[in-house]
Amino acid sequence: MLKNDFIRISDYEWELPKTFRPDMRVAVRLFASKKLLIAALDDLSLVQAVNVATLPGLVGPVVVMPDVHQGYGFPIGGVAATEFPHGVISPGGIGYDINCGVRLLSSRIRFEEAKPHLDELAAALNANCPSGMGKSGPYQLRHAEIDDVCRLGARWAVNKGMGMVDDLRRTEENGCVEGADPHWVSERAKTRGGDQLGTLGSGNHFIEVDVVDEIYDVQAAQVMELEKGCLAIQFHCGSRGLGHQVCTDYVQEFQTAVQHYGIQLPDRELVCAPMDSHEGQHYLAAMRSAANFAFCNRQILAHMARRAFEQTLAGEIKQVTLRQVYDIAHNMGKIETHTIKGRQVKICVHRKGATRAFGHAQAGLPEEYLAIGQPVLVPGSMGTASWVLVGTDASMERSYGSTCHGAGRLMSRSQAKREVRGERLRDELKQQGIHIRAGSMSGLAEEAPQAYKDVDEVVDTVCGAGIARKVARLRPVVVVKG
Amino acid sequence: MEKLGSSGFRDVDHTADLALEVWAPDLSALFVQAALGMYHLMNIQLSKQPGFLHQFNLSAEDEESLLVKFLSEILFAVESKGIAFDSFSIKFAGLSLQLTAAAKHILNQTRTIKAVTFHNLSIRHEPGRYTVTIVFDV
Repeated sequence: MLKNDFIRISDYEWELPKTFRPDMRVAVRLFASKKLLIAALDDLSLVQAVNVATLPGLVGPVVVMPDVHQGYGFPIGGVAATEFPHGVISPGGIGYDINCGVRLLSSRIRFEEAKPHLDELAAALNANCPSGMGKSGPYQLRHAEIDDVCRLGARWAVNKGMGMVDDLRRTEENGCVEGADPHWVSERAKTRGGDQLGTLGSGNHFIEVDVVDEIYDVQAAQVMELEKGCLAIQFHCGSRGLGHQVCTDYVQEFQTAVQHYGIQLPDRELVCAPMDSHEGQHYLAAMRSAANFAFCNRQILAHMARRAFEQTLAGEIKQVTLRQVYDIAHNMGKIETHTIKGRQVKICVHRKGATRAFGHAQAGLPEEYLAIGQPVLVPGSMGTASWVLVGTDASMERSYGSTCHGAGRLMSRSQAKREVRGERLRDELKQQGIHIRAGSMSGLAEEAPQAYKDVDEVVDTVCGAGIARKVARLRPVVVVKG
Repeated sequence: MEKLGSSGFRDVDHTADLALEVWAPDLSALFVQAALGMYHLMNIQLSKQPGFLHQFNLSAEDEESLLVKFLSEILFAVESKGIAFDSFSIKFAGLSLQLTAAAKHILNQTRTIKAVTFHNLSIRHEPGRYTVTIVFDV
């Protein structure tokens, strides 16, 4: 595949026509600057997008975000929409970490006041929020209790005093996707999730305390209670072993379903089944259960982080309250209504490493966000900025109400480890005023900022294309990694 | 690990996740190498205590599905029981297998693997040689 295979739509949008390969049913639409398009050609991510374009029941182009990178089956940073209910749903198109996502809380804590306590805060977050390999959470849940979590989502935690009703209101789907049925979650998945609720995990998951560094949209920032010079905190994690096992189970089960439904695919990880088939229905019920587990997981982590803030800063600083800005998934399959070729159509939007980005006045948004659009949380990579954006009318029209989800990897993990030493990186970040707590130095090296694309360039691209609008930029001061 | 012996595995670069190329003279050895390769990716260190017998049976519709099931079973044992195997005996009967292994408790591990994927998974047969490339979600 070459750059010349793409038709330039604008400075930030390209199209690979469906004539590129005979088995494509739809085109691929890539949001990227010329530089990011060329970078995306370096790995197999765009070939993977072409493979996705062969799925049956797609209602329009496969959309690719500027933070795209090679995944397995779907590229990470891909969006595909299939018509409901006869179109297909693909577990691999949502991923193993179902409802991996980001939660952001804001505060009125001035950075300058908190600065002397940041190392202590990093230690308190690390002590309160279990992170890293094999770390158990605060619960050993029986399978019946896991079922409750899967049915109630974040409300399970709020009912136990871990959070506020406002947290739920400011979470996608109010922290509980309808249609979850834990009956379709395997015993094995429940076993894997049994002691993992309220844990961060490892890999690219993190907790990060940031300073609101710059405001780009004063009105939207006010509504979100983001104040320049104040602290905010982000959580990036998902459904842990429970979600991983749900995806494993259904990718395996769908291997025979595709034969039954006569679906030909270029890659077995793309297996899928019609949403109105019993296989599709069972997966939807299980996937939504895992999504609710993830919402609950982030709710508990936020509660424990609030405790860490209290322990560290109460008595030192007047107002240590953390208020939820939003919680949003970036690995999810959602049934949504969109305008496709001039008519309102119910579709299943697969977002694999892409964030829902609804524009203003869309159903399901908290009342205060109806005028400004849905908050979009775009985490950076430890040493770099993170961004708060909002969805736009153009994201509804051009990308099924979706935008980017992060910086996007550039280097393989082994290359990052060859080029970066964890201890040195930790020291460099400390010199920049970033307090790090990490489970392992090799894990830290794998997640080094230089292993990722420039998040500012990714954000400039989606904003240049109009599929998001800048609200605020955040700068990291504490990072806890598993 | 270099491709010197008749069986083995080596890391393959992948942007976001991890991948292994595995080779062996027969299917049974290929499965064992794949399991050892996965342990290598997780940097698993086993207890020095004597092992204990662990067995399981699996069947699938084709060899690739069987390989994913086999590795997923081993992954589940790592995550839910904290055990790994240091000697394997795999008996195939068509598309079914029986594993008998000496299981040991895991002393240390530095990486979690979320899942074994089917991404471009294809076991290739040549005379006296089986090869496969496996992508793991991490």
